[in-house]
Amino acid sequence: MSQRPSDALLIWTLRTCAVTAGVIVVFIALFLVQESLPALRSVGLLRFFTDSSWHPAENLYNLTPMLLGTLFAMVGSVLIATPLGILSAIFVNYYAPPKIAQSYRGVLGLLAGIPSVVYGFWGLVVLVPLIGELEPPGPSLLAGILILSIMILPTIALVADSSIGSVPKEYMTSAASLGLSRWTAIRRIILPSAKSGLFTGTILETGRAIGETMAVLMVCGNVVQIPKSLFEPVRTLTANIALEMAYALGDHRSALFVSGLLLMLIIVCLILAAEWISRGRIYA
Amino acid sequence: MNVLLNRSGAVYEGAQEYEERDMSLTQISTRDLNLYYGNKPAFKGVNLSIKPGSITAVVGPSGCGKSSFLLSLNRLAELIPGCTVSGSVRVGEHDIFDPETDLISLRLSIGMIFQKPNPFPLSVKENIALPLKEHGTVGKNEIDSKVEKVLKEVGLWDEVRDRLNSPALSLSGGQQQRLCIARTLALEPKVLLLDEPCSALDPLSSSVVEDLITELRGKYTIIIVTHNLPQARRIADYVAFFWMQDNAGALIEYGATKQIFNEPENELTEAYIKGARG
Repeated sequence: MSQRPSDALLIWTLRTCAVTAGVIVVFIALFLVQESLPALRSVGLLRFFTDSSWHPAENLYNLTPMLLGTLFAMVGSVLIATPLGILSAIFVNYYAPPKIAQSYRGVLGLLAGIPSVVYGFWGLVVLVPLIGELEPPGPSLLAGILILSIMILPTIALVADSSIGSVPKEYMTSAASLGLSRWTAIRRIILPSAKSGLFTGTILETGRAIGETMAVLMVCGNVVQIPKSLFEPVRTLTANIALEMAYALGDHRSALFVSGLLLMLIIVCLILAAEWISRGRIYA
Repeated sequence: MNVLLNRSGAVYEGAQEYEERDMSLTQISTRDLNLYYGNKPAFKGVNLSIKPGSITAVVGPSGCGKSSFLLSLNRLAELIPGCTVSGSVRVGEHDIFDPETDLISLRLSIGMIFQKPNPFPLSVKENIALPLKEHGTVGKNEIDSKVEKVLKEVGLWDEVRDRLNSPALSLSGGQQQRLCIARTLALEPKVLLLDEPCSALDPLSSSVVEDLITELRGKYTIIIVTHNLPQARRIADYVAFFWMQDNAGALIEYGATKQIFNEPENELTEAYIKGARG
């Protein structure tokens, strides 16, 4: 099939962009693997989970507490932010007067645009002392979960808003004509119709919760331990990299790349799980 | 007892009972009815009395407020942002704009079918069962028998009896529209508002739905908006003709179908019927 010159130009531009984006991801992954290899060779994969502690200077490399710290913070914040985000999307679409809905969307957009260090700073001077009054010391898993919840809320709220907003308006009209209450219509018709978008939003916010570094580093206390309660300090994988990268050498430095690799694996698992769960069920 | 405040109708056993129902209660009349979208009038000053148990066709060119007129009769219009309705609509003895009107009862007694078939993204059965459950029918057997009964009433039972649990959206357009009519009938309305119910369907489905509407004559008070003049002539007992006047839709003429088509009083009607205008 013959193509017009302008089409060919467009196609090649698009191809170049797509290949560039793909290649960058591949290179980052390869780089992570390459930098992790020395530690994986000399320490061995197993010891990253079985060593007695994380003391690189003493050749101890247990990542488990930080892995759990990351997972706890992720699960906690997703559990808080998801219902809030979906409910707020329902509110702006079906309950709020147009003016309030408009300004609310603006505020959410703003919330998404605030730099994470600002969240961290606010958490450090406001949230951490408050939690400290409740139960010392203050810097804790709870503080991390709360800060993360606020940070990922705009992601799920905006995605849920757009997916609920794209549900055909006729559903609501015909539900009203059948005398269905607004809540019944939302629960039984609107939310099921929007579920693929809601699911995508949840994946996106989870990814953001896993990757967030700065704010979490500022409020979590960064003690390497498996927390016994919400009020105990934790260190996440991301915070660990940021804290130790500046002075790490040799196997220690390489071990930090292993934790980066681990983060990437978690994200890949998340995406694969999403694919698997959604296959034929959610996106059908 | 006022029809709009009485939600619990007797359970009907057979179609015959529809004809025995007191049709005097389903008299609909409008007085000086106006509807505005913002500052723009959709129609103004509509005075119309609908004969109970009859089929009334609302005809006229696009944009003269026919659909808006239907939406004002069951107060769905107020769901549209910026829409205001004034004047009065009486259903039986009751003014539907009375602040004490129970909106749910109103919409149960005045069912509505839209131009585009709009079944919910649920199973065939659940499309009918969901509204039934919402309005207090809980027994599984009771729901099943009602589902079967209304599907038979719209002639869909034999086509879908084996796939009651399949998605309603997998049905053909005509089947979807009949399903929408079935789920409305399941709520035992007294009035049916149909907004161009056949215009989004292929000719074959269209004629099936049209036959169904004819069969419902006498059991319900039916008001149907249609662009299809031959269809109006075939199925309607009465015809209301709308036309743009002073930038707003207006009711120009109302009368028995024969009279409107054979000896219209208004020359606008005559011109429209003859296909000269609009």
